[in-house]
Amino acid sequence: MVNAERALDALGDRTRRRIFVRLRNRPCYAGELAQGMRVTRSAVSQHLQVLRAAGLVAVRAEGTRRLYQVDTRGIENLRRWLDGFWSETLSAFKEAAERAASKARKS
Amino acid sequence: MMADQIMSSGFDPNSVRKTVNVEAPQNVAWQVFTEQMGTWWPLAMYKIGKANAVDAIIEPRIGGRWYERGEDGSTCDWGSVLAWEPHSRLVLSWDITADWQYDPALQTEIEVRFIAEGASRTRVELEHRRLDRYGERGDEMRTIFDKTGDWGRLLAAFAQRAAALARP
Repeated sequence: MVNAERALDALGDRTRRRIFVRLRNRPCYAGELAQGMRVTRSAVSQHLQVLRAAGLVAVRAEGTRRLYQVDTRGIENLRRWLDGFWSETLSAFKEAAERAASKARKS
Repeated sequence: MMADQIMSSGFDPNSVRKTVNVEAPQNVAWQVFTEQMGTWWPLAMYKIGKANAVDAIIEPRIGGRWYERGEDGSTCDWGSVLAWEPHSRLVLSWDITADWQYDPALQTEIEVRFIAEGASRTRVELEHRRLDRYGERGDEMRTIFDKTGDWGRLLAAFAQRAAALARP
């Protein structure tokens, strides 16, 4: 279950927001992210950890380097959470029931 | 789009009510809800197990389990069936705490009514009640279940929090 408050907390920090926005443009290595920011590389790593724990950023190993990118599932989860649990769930149900009904009509 | 499809009503502070009109006959609406829950339930985020959930299952009888099944075959209970009246009424207990853990003692209730409106249309009314059982976290949970979708308010709160943190 996505913890939306955790995601919002994570984005409540200006440096993390800047990191997140840069990753939204394109995936980056930690070293690239540190460039042009007035924070140390180890601080960037810590911020990336927080973003990962919040489900907003994903990482994958490329050889010995780690490539960071926005976790689209996390973003989707956050969006749905914001839409409200039952509204979202019933909308999905409505679509499924109407698909089933239209399939039954055709057969 | 969501706003005119799903209507909220009622002011009972311990319950959340939603109504949705479905272009499907009553029996189809019932079947899709009870037998094919895994095809529409947003399992990607509304699940509690560690494994990725691949199905949501309601055992079709009073006392039956309501649970998710993970891709590794594990299952996690969500609640149980309190009333089973095909094709018109279903009551489930929802025993997931505010920390998204299963607790069979929690017993909040979800009643779903399927009301035929002609041969090909069904009004589905859902009530999630006894949210008082969340104790002091009742308000928080009602907001999640009902409508956290007030982007303006939420983003304002977010902006405030962000601004507070950004201050040196």
